[in-house]
Order: sequence, then structure tokens, then C-alpha cells
Amino acid sequence: MAVNMESLHEPISSSLPLEYQGDGNLKIFGFWVFLAAEVVLFSTLFAVYLVFHGNVAGGPTSQQLFDIRGFTIETFLLLTSSFTMGLGTYEMRRQNTKGVLAWVLITVLLGLGFLGMEISEFAHYVSIGANISRSAFLSAFFVLVGTHGSHVTLGILWILSILVQVMRKGITPKTARKLFVVGLYWHFLDVVWVFIFTVVYLTGKVM
Amino acid sequence: MLHSILQIGDKYFMWNEGPMIWTSDALIVLTSLGIVGLLTYLKRWKWLWDEWLTTVDHKKIGIMYIIAAFAMFFRGGMDGLIIRAQLAIPNNHFLTAEHYDQVFTTHGTIMILFMAMPFIIGLMNIAVPLQIGARDVAFPYLNAMSFWLFFFGALLFNISFVIGGSPDAGWTSYAPIAGPFYDPGVGENYYLISLQIAGIGTIATGINFLVTILKMRAPGMTLMRMPMFTWSVLITSVIIIFAFPVLTVTLALLMFDRLFGAHFFSVTHGGLPMMWANLFWIWGHPEVYIVILPAFGVFSEVVSTFSHKRLFGYKAMVVSLVAIAILSFTTWVHHFFTMGAGASVNSFFSFSTMLIAVPTGVKIFNWLFTMYKGRIEFTTSMLWALAFIPNFLIGGLTGVMLASAPADYQYHNSYFLVAHFHYVLIAGTVFGVFSGLYYWWPKMFGQKLNERIGKWAFWIFMISFNMTFMPMYFVGLMGMTRRMYTYPAGLGWGPFNLIETIGALGMGLGFVVMVFDIAYTIRHPEKDLTGDPWDGRTLEWSIPSPAPEYNFAVIPEVKGIDAYWMMKHPKEQEPGPVKAVDKSKIRPIHMPNNSYRPFIISVAFFVAGFGFIWQWYWLGIPGLIVVAIGLFLRSFEYNDEHFISTEEIERTEIAAGRL
Amino acid sequence: MSSQPSHEGFPWKHVIGFVLSILLTVMALWLVFSLQLPVSTEIVSILVLAVFQVLIQLLLFMHLTERDGPAYHVISLIFGAFIAFTIVGGSIWIMAFRSMVS
Repeated sequence: MAVNMESLHEPISSSLPLEYQGDGNLKIFGFWVFLAAEVVLFSTLFAVYLVFHGNVAGGPTSQQLFDIRGFTIETFLLLTSSFTMGLGTYEMRRQNTKGVLAWVLITVLLGLGFLGMEISEFAHYVSIGANISRSAFLSAFFVLVGTHGSHVTLGILWILSILVQVMRKGITPKTARKLFVVGLYWHFLDVVWVFIFTVVYLTGKVM
Repeated sequence: MLHSILQIGDKYFMWNEGPMIWTSDALIVLTSLGIVGLLTYLKRWKWLWDEWLTTVDHKKIGIMYIIAAFAMFFRGGMDGLIIRAQLAIPNNHFLTAEHYDQVFTTHGTIMILFMAMPFIIGLMNIAVPLQIGARDVAFPYLNAMSFWLFFFGALLFNISFVIGGSPDAGWTSYAPIAGPFYDPGVGENYYLISLQIAGIGTIATGINFLVTILKMRAPGMTLMRMPMFTWSVLITSVIIIFAFPVLTVTLALLMFDRLFGAHFFSVTHGGLPMMWANLFWIWGHPEVYIVILPAFGVFSEVVSTFSHKRLFGYKAMVVSLVAIAILSFTTWVHHFFTMGAGASVNSFFSFSTMLIAVPTGVKIFNWLFTMYKGRIEFTTSMLWALAFIPNFLIGGLTGVMLASAPADYQYHNSYFLVAHFHYVLIAGTVFGVFSGLYYWWPKMFGQKLNERIGKWAFWIFMISFNMTFMPMYFVGLMGMTRRMYTYPAGLGWGPFNLIETIGALGMGLGFVVMVFDIAYTIRHPEKDLTGDPWDGRTLEWSIPSPAPEYNFAVIPEVKGIDAYWMMKHPKEQEPGPVKAVDKSKIRPIHMPNNSYRPFIISVAFFVAGFGFIWQWYWLGIPGLIVVAIGLFLRSFEYNDEHFISTEEIERTEIAAGRL
Repeated sequence: MSSQPSHEGFPWKHVIGFVLSILLTVMALWLVFSLQLPVSTEIVSILVLAVFQVLIQLLLFMHLTERDGPAYHVISLIFGAFIAFTIVGGSIWIMAFRSMVS
């Protein structure tokens, strides 16, 4: 951008990384605020789940339903994918396009693995009659965990569309900002999962 | 053939329900044909598309919000008049009970979500970027998305009246009465899905204005130098961001109950109907402050401008805004004290509710002290602000009465409550947006609204408002309950109700006079060439009216509160008009391009919503796919900005007499 | 400017974060399934571990400390956490009334 032009936005400090240049700074801040709104969205779903946890209406309880092995593997998959996404951002800041593509593709694969496990978990519950209509507890379980799952699905599609852009344009202020933002989104989904792991699965096994 | 058409008509368009539906159908068809015909006759289709439907300019988006809000005020007001017609006399059967339920539901929902919200957001759009010296909001494209999502959400809600039937469980849509078991049919689906679509747009607006205000202020404008309206919008944005996701979830849960057989709010399978009330009001109470705080901001600007004094107690105003923002999230149970949550819960929320009256009281005193010893100018805008104080006080004080949990067991869901919330919402929000409309109209269109007609509208509306709602306090204490379809004679309620109905007609007349004022002004414009018709104090008055596309040819330097006032009254020199734009400082300006996509994506949302309402997944799912494609295409768009050259800026500024 | 991103060398920050996140998860599993603690102690401890997990994500992966101007994004996250706490705590407290009536 030429120096003598006035854009909509104030110039920002040049010591920040590439993705903050131009209007990137505004967009990254806006995305943090969006994540704060997502915190409220998920906390409402957690509140609903906790209030309904005991309302099994004679159906299966969380203790009977949850499978330790399954949710532990799901957790490790997602934690690892958060790490590889972080490495993608790291390589982006080193201007290493190939490194970005490699780490982010691994992230997508791990995300797909997580999704596959979650879908088969849900399918298993439904096959034994524990579906969304069985009890208020199950309604709350499916909607909370399913909302996270649909966020992961959306995240995968979003990451893929940005990968295409990085392949086409290389690492520019715009693609860097997009990659950074989708990275924030992905790490945030890991944060939500940590609470699902703790509040839904682990607590569900002891209460 | 004819028979099967009639069958479809009965099933989807409720033709079996009689002349009211037929009249509505005819009016809707005629109005639509009229608009299409007029646009074609005047050859304005391209103009409509290029200048309005695809615009990302905050000033135009603000105007569209206000036009939509006026239309919704008309619709919601008609609903109100129909309610009053039904209740005018005892034992009345003007409407059937089912229709009555639908009408009070749409009245409430439309007035809060599709009238108050867009009116407020419209004023935000018009004033905030100009007040902080910015060229647009932080995310202009997203701003257009917000508007069109609201618009098509509102449209979806409104068509329910003639296609399939309106929701009828009240604007609060309490479970289990709004659940699939007691309320089959599409009415409640309309409520859930249209609010969902509009709500997504509102969250985006909240984020947009938060980022705009925090990151795009002119140099020198620290937080504590911002105009009070901008402060109120900042705090409102915060409340929107943290309250609306709760609504999103709440609506989605009831949608799962209704469409996919979940059991959140049902009475069987472990569902808890009262959980709906809990979640609804976690959003619903902050929502009250979302529509009232910007009105407070308008009053602060108007009172200060027309008292020709700086706002009294600026810091106290800011602190009370922040206090209200935090406390507004901690009072929601006072909407359902009678649920029986127990003494400790009710006591806590009773206390927090009374606490929130304190910062509001602080603000009232500050407005009074601003006027004290001021040179008050009684413009129409100022009249609305002056009328706000006593009327809102009546609403606020009866609110404190309702906040007392044991006493609330007496008032709960009586007309006393109805009177209370109309006193705060009309005297607060509606007076506020009318005041703001008269105040910023010159900035929007470069002409003042006619003051004489405006004052007529004010007096008619204000007096009628008191006639309508004051008797409700009394009839409420006499035992008349909210949402009552009809009542027997001999209880002494009849005369009160008749006065209320006459008052409601008066409010309708006041509204008509105001619309006439707008029409009159368009025909006989009183041009304002100064850009500063009120001797204003804040930056929006420093630029020409209507503001050029780029707002500020040169971004101003701010040196204190009431930045423009300080420019007009420099310390060492005589006060006088501000110097023209400094030509040497003009640079080419980057502005965002128009985009057709927000409109198209929102149409797709509308189609998808309609599909889900009728459970026509063959329509709903493709609709959502089009939405996804639209978002995807946006991600691949790289050239979405254009330049305005220095020559063009100079031409514009010369034409406005600034260069 | 509060932090200067590193453009060279080995991604220590990320590796440490990853190892810690795995460790914390294993600890939570071990707490719940191998130790015989009272249920309330277990739940409080795993919630504390979850909070540490969140801090790891925010500080080591999400570059929370990078900013231009005041840390408004941190303030909004803190306010979000306050609202989250209000909604979850408030809902549980308010809806506890059903045990009194049923």
C-alpha cells in the first residue's frame, strides 16, 4: 500500500507480524470478540447440559453410556491437531509455505479422525436407542457435543478453503491473517473440547 | 381444479378464516404491485439496486434500518390498535381468542425485535462513525449482512400472518405452551427461525460497533473524550455480544424440541419448561438495556446541545453505563419470581434489581443538572427528551415496586406490569428514537423536519400515551391480567379500558402526524447548508449534510470532550465558524466496494428459514448450501476496495462549500 | 509491544505446550479413574486442570499477548468468562428449586 494514501484504518505498529498489517489488526481483534461471544454460546449449552444431566427419564445415564477409550482418543486427536495448527502458524511466520501446507493438512486429517470417531460414537448411541428424543439428558448431550462437532466440521471446510488461497497466493498479509484467524478458531474449539472432556465425559463417568 | 386451489388456499393461506385474512391478502398484493409498478414507472430499479440494495455505506444502511423500523412500527402499532379494539368494551368478540393470541404475540415481538432494535441500530449507523471521525464502520460488508439478515428475518416473521398463521404463545414464547405438543403448526416455527436469522445479524452488529469504536477513533479522541451517544453504543455493543448468543441457543433448543423431537422444555422425558423462562430472560433482561441505553445516549446529546451546555457529570455517566452493563446480566430472575425458586434466589435477584435503579437514577440527575441554568431551546427533539424524564420515572419507579419479590406475587402478569414496561419502553426507547430522528434528520438528508408539525405530533403522541397506559396501572391493581382475551361487565374495568383504547387511537394519530411531517418535509424541504443546524458540539456537525461518501475529507484532530465545540470556540480567538478543509491535507481515500452478496445470502437465509419452518428440508437444506457458497465466495474475494481520487474529493468539498 | 514473535529456531513454545496439554489430560484421567477421591474433590481438581489447559492454549498457541494498543481482546475474554460463570452458576442455582417441589 502506498504511503500517501489514507485507508479506512489507522496504520499499526510495524513490529507486529505480517497478519496484523493493513486491516488485519481490526479483523483479528474482531475475531477475538467473536470468540468471546462463542464463549457465551457454549457456556449456555453447558448450563443446559448440567441442569439436565440427571433427567434421564428412565433411559441410559451418562455413566452407562460413555466409553472411556473412545473419548480419550478423541481428546488426544484434537489436542494434537491444535498443536499441529500452532506449528502451521509458526511456519507461516517463517514464510515457509511448504511447512504451512504440511502442518495444516495434518491438522485437517486429525480433525477428520476426530469427527469420524464422534460420528461413530453418536451412531452407536442411536443404535442402542439412546437418541435425542429418549430423555432431556440425551437431548442436552447431543446438542452440546453436536454443536462442537458442527463447529469442527465448519472449521475443516474453512481451513481447506484458506489452504487453497495460500497455495494460490503464497503468504501475503491477507492470507497470513486468514490463516491466523482460522488457527484461533481451531485452538478455541480445542478449549471447548477440554471442557466437554472434563464436564461431560469425565464428570459423567463419576456422577 | 377450483376445489383443489381452494384446498391449498385453506391449508397454507388460511382462506377459511374469513374476511380479515382476505383483506390482508388483498392489501399485501396491492401494496407489492404498487411498489413494483412505481419502481418500473419511475425506472428506479437500477438506482434501487446500485444505491441501496448493494450498498455498504453505514449512512445508507442506517437510513434503510430506520425505514424498516417505521414500517414495523406501523405493523406493530396496528396490532396494538387491534388489541385495544378487542378490549375496548366488556364481553367483546371482535376477534376470536386464537386471533387475539396471535395479535398480542406479533405486537410484542415486532415492537421489541423488529421496531426498537432496528431503529436503535439505524441511529447507531448514522451517528457513530461520524461522531468518532471515522470513514465507515470497521467491517462495512458485515454491516450490510447484518441489515439484510434483520430485514429478511423481519419479512419472514411478517408473512406468517397470511401464510400458515402467526405464533401465538406471547412474545416470550413460554414453554410448554410453545412446545410441539400444545402448539402444533408452523406459527411458533416462524417465531423461532425468524428471530434466529435476525439475531445473527444483531450479534454481527455488536461486534462491528465494538471494534469500530475501540479501534477507529480520530487521533486525540481518547475513550474519555467520546460523545456520550458513542459511549452508550459501545456499552450496548458489549451487552449485545454477550447476551445474544444466549438467545441463539435458547431458540435453537426449542427448535430442536419442535422439529427434531428433543425434550428440553416438554413436560415429559425429563424436560423442564421453566428452563425456557430461565434462558429466555438471561438474554431478555440485558435486551431491555440494549434498547434503552442508546436512547439514554440520544438524550445526553440532545439535552446538552439544546441546553447549550456541556453534559453534566460526564464521568458519572460513563461509570453508570458500565455499571448498568454488568448489573444487567445479574437480574433476570425478577421476570419469574413466581416460579417459586425459593427465598434465597428471589432475595438475591430482588436486591440486584433494586441496585440497577441506582446508576439509572444517577443519569436522570445528570440530565437535570445539565439543563440547570442552561439556555434551553425547545425544539421537537428537545421536547421528546424533556417528556422522557417524568414519564420514564413513572415506569422506573413502578419497576422498583415490581422488583420486590413478595409484592411481585401480587402484580405479576397483571396490567400493572403491562403499564410498567410500556412506560419504560415507550417513554425511554420510543421517545429516544424519535428525539434522535429529529436531531439527526438534518445530518441524514440535509434538511430539517418541520418543527411545527413535529410539535403537534409530539403533543398528540405524548398525551395519548399517558391516556393509554396510566389507566392500566389501576386496572391491573384491580385484578385484570395480561393477555386476557375479554372480561365480564360489572368489574369496573370497562371505563378504564375504553379510555385506554381512545388513547391508543390518539397514539396512532400522533404517528400519522409524524409520517405527515416527513412527507411534508420531502415536499417543502427547509435546506440546511451549514451542516450544523443545531449549533452542535460533536464531530458529526463539522461536515456537510448529508455527509459525503467518505465522511471526512481530512480526519479531524480531537482536543477534548465536545470536539467540534472546541474547534468553534478556540481559546485565544473569537468564536466563529470553523475554517474550511485544508486542501494540502487531502489524500486519496480507500473505500469498500458495494456488494450484492449480503443481499443474496440473506435471501438464501430467508428461503432456508421458510423451508425449515414448514419442515420442507428439500428447500431448507439447499438454502443453507447457497448461504455457505456465498460465504465461501466472499473468502476468495481479494479486490473489494476502491479509491476516491483527490480531484473527486476536492470537487465534492467545493460543491459543499468547504473548499 | 508486549511480545516479539520468534522467526528462527525450534518451536519450543509449541512443543512445551503440547507436552503439557497431554500431561494434564493424563493427570485428569488418572485422577478420576485411578485415585479413590470423593466425587466433589475429583470434580474440582479436574476443573482446575481444565483451566490450566485453557491457559496453555491461550498463551502458547493463540498468541494472546500480541496486540496493538490496549488489550481489549483480553478484557472481552475475561468479561465472557464472567458471563459464562453467571449463566452456568446462576442456572444451576435457580433451577435447583425443582428438588424442593418434586
